[in-house]
Amino acid sequence: MACKYPESLMANEVVDHGRRRFLTATTAVVGGVGVVAAAVPFIKSWEPSARAKAAGAPVTQSLKKIEAGQQLIVAWRSLPVFIVHRSPEQLAALPKQDPRLVDPKSNGSSAGQQPAYAQNETRSIKPEWLVMVGICTHLGCVPNYVGEMKPEPFDPNWQGGYYCPCHHSRYDMAGRVYQGVPAPMNMQIPPYHFVDENTVQIGVDPKGAA
Amino acid sequence: MANAFTRWFDERAPGLAPTYRKHMTEYYAPKNFNLWYYFGSLALLVLVNQILTGIFLTMNYDPSATGAFDSVQYIMRDVEWGWLIRYMHTTGASLFFVVVFLHMFRGLLYGSYKKPRELVWVLGMLIFLVLMAEAFMGYVLPWGNMSFWGAKVITSLFGTIPVIGKDLVEWIVGDYLPADATLNRFFALHVIALPLVLLLLVVLHLAALHEVGSNNPDGVDVKHGPKGNRWDALKPADAIPFHPYYTVKDLVGVGVFLIVAAFIIFFAPTFGGWFLEHDNAIPANNLVTPAQIKPVWYFTAFYAIVRMVPSFAGTAVWGVIAMFGSIALLFALPWIDAGKVKSVRYRGTGYKVALAVFVVSFLCLAIIGMDLTDEYLPRIFGSDIDLTTWDNVIGRIMTLAYFGFFVFLWLYTHLGWEKTKPVPERVTTHD
Repeated sequence: MACKYPESLMANEVVDHGRRRFLTATTAVVGGVGVVAAAVPFIKSWEPSARAKAAGAPVTQSLKKIEAGQQLIVAWRSLPVFIVHRSPEQLAALPKQDPRLVDPKSNGSSAGQQPAYAQNETRSIKPEWLVMVGICTHLGCVPNYVGEMKPEPFDPNWQGGYYCPCHHSRYDMAGRVYQGVPAPMNMQIPPYHFVDENTVQIGVDPKGAA
Repeated sequence: MANAFTRWFDERAPGLAPTYRKHMTEYYAPKNFNLWYYFGSLALLVLVNQILTGIFLTMNYDPSATGAFDSVQYIMRDVEWGWLIRYMHTTGASLFFVVVFLHMFRGLLYGSYKKPRELVWVLGMLIFLVLMAEAFMGYVLPWGNMSFWGAKVITSLFGTIPVIGKDLVEWIVGDYLPADATLNRFFALHVIALPLVLLLLVVLHLAALHEVGSNNPDGVDVKHGPKGNRWDALKPADAIPFHPYYTVKDLVGVGVFLIVAAFIIFFAPTFGGWFLEHDNAIPANNLVTPAQIKPVWYFTAFYAIVRMVPSFAGTAVWGVIAMFGSIALLFALPWIDAGKVKSVRYRGTGYKVALAVFVVSFLCLAIIGMDLTDEYLPRIFGSDIDLTTWDNVIGRIMTLAYFGFFVFLWLYTHLGWEKTKPVPERVTTHD
């Protein structure tokens, strides 16, 4: 019988297993790299868009109408920023809270929670003005401002501060977290500076500060 | 009787009729199923309801931060019968968890997760996980204030992961706070991505079950019992065809279930704020946290665990690990429990007590997660008690009890402490 195919293509030729394994492995690796590369645009598409990033511009706020003991909330990058005019009594109570706080000097777990110019006892540039991102460091709720110094259901010895409705975390009048609550850190102080005596700008550091 | 049509079909798809027989008329299930065995088919019924009503809701829903809230009000007020379709969907969501929790408890009662059904259990747990993601994202869609804050709190769970947490949250949310981008992607996941995964998992769950056969309240394997029943001399004597016997039985369950569901849909669709929360009737506002943030009832037990674990070493990740751990342990149940006896009827007293404690701890955590303790504790102990401390003390004991169940079960079965009763040869109700 005449053979139609050359001898070398016949099925009885010995299979080169090493070559087959190599080809299978390299094909799989190259294909895998392709899959990973193709996944990148899809994963990156979940990042904040250019529009979302552009919405993060600085916010300017006049302080003229905020009385002592009052809080004003402004939105910066869609975050609630608390601006509080602390009264002398509230300021006087701050050092007394130290033994009950997780990180009274904001140099432990909360070291990264404020710019260097606000890393002090009052966590502010001027003692009477507290400027703070009003987001609980536990799971991101907005704590309620409970400024009055009177016994509260959650603390019979309350000296004014913040109480988170979500998981009952408590902070003092400088946003410093109390011990024994779920929140791990003091609330965040945003970059800000005073444009003049009565105007604050949130989102920009003071001149000369890092 | 092969008429021309069925013959035409059989020639072109010869596998269809045998597949139908394998899973319906010739799927032999143990004859002693009781009330607990309704909840699998009911879960399937609710799944169909969610898909059907969900499809019709998408026809009028607008997945944008500016339009979502209004479009839900539009469905409720202006769309013909829109209120019914939406209430069927929202009530279905809660009842889905009711039947799934009972279905899972059935597994614990009769050891349905044990060899050879580990894969059935693991696939079921995956369904539970996808269901939780599906429910959470669905909850965000109306873009009420609870939707917004729920989204914020749940996405922040990932923010507790050290180093990458903050970037991870921004990636999930697609903004610095839950916003339009978040709502859009949750909508896409809720209406197409997760339902596809869910359907695939349900098919695999049933396929895995039909491969090994159903367990039963006695936990004995009917395949190892005597052979020969009325329909087939080679099939187990203590089993009956799924169709028509269990399909008809399940129809009774469907009837009762639909009466309950209809009552809720028509008379108490919000179920006193349990199925639909009152604070979600207010549009999303990122500057005002609702006075009480609590998830819908079916998440509250897991949510309470997050709250009960204090932060230390400068991170709140421990509570989140505990919460995910509470679910992960359920996945591992077939390997944690090494007991050979399946059904609670013949297991040791230790298992019965532990299971009871486990159920109580789960319910207590659910109650704490709902913030009901703030209401009840002052009534019992007077109004001047320290609620935070009491909440934490009770909640932490219950959290320990929840995790203790798995620890105890491992010790109890691996160290041979369990004293079981003799297991019968056949199901107890055989002829």
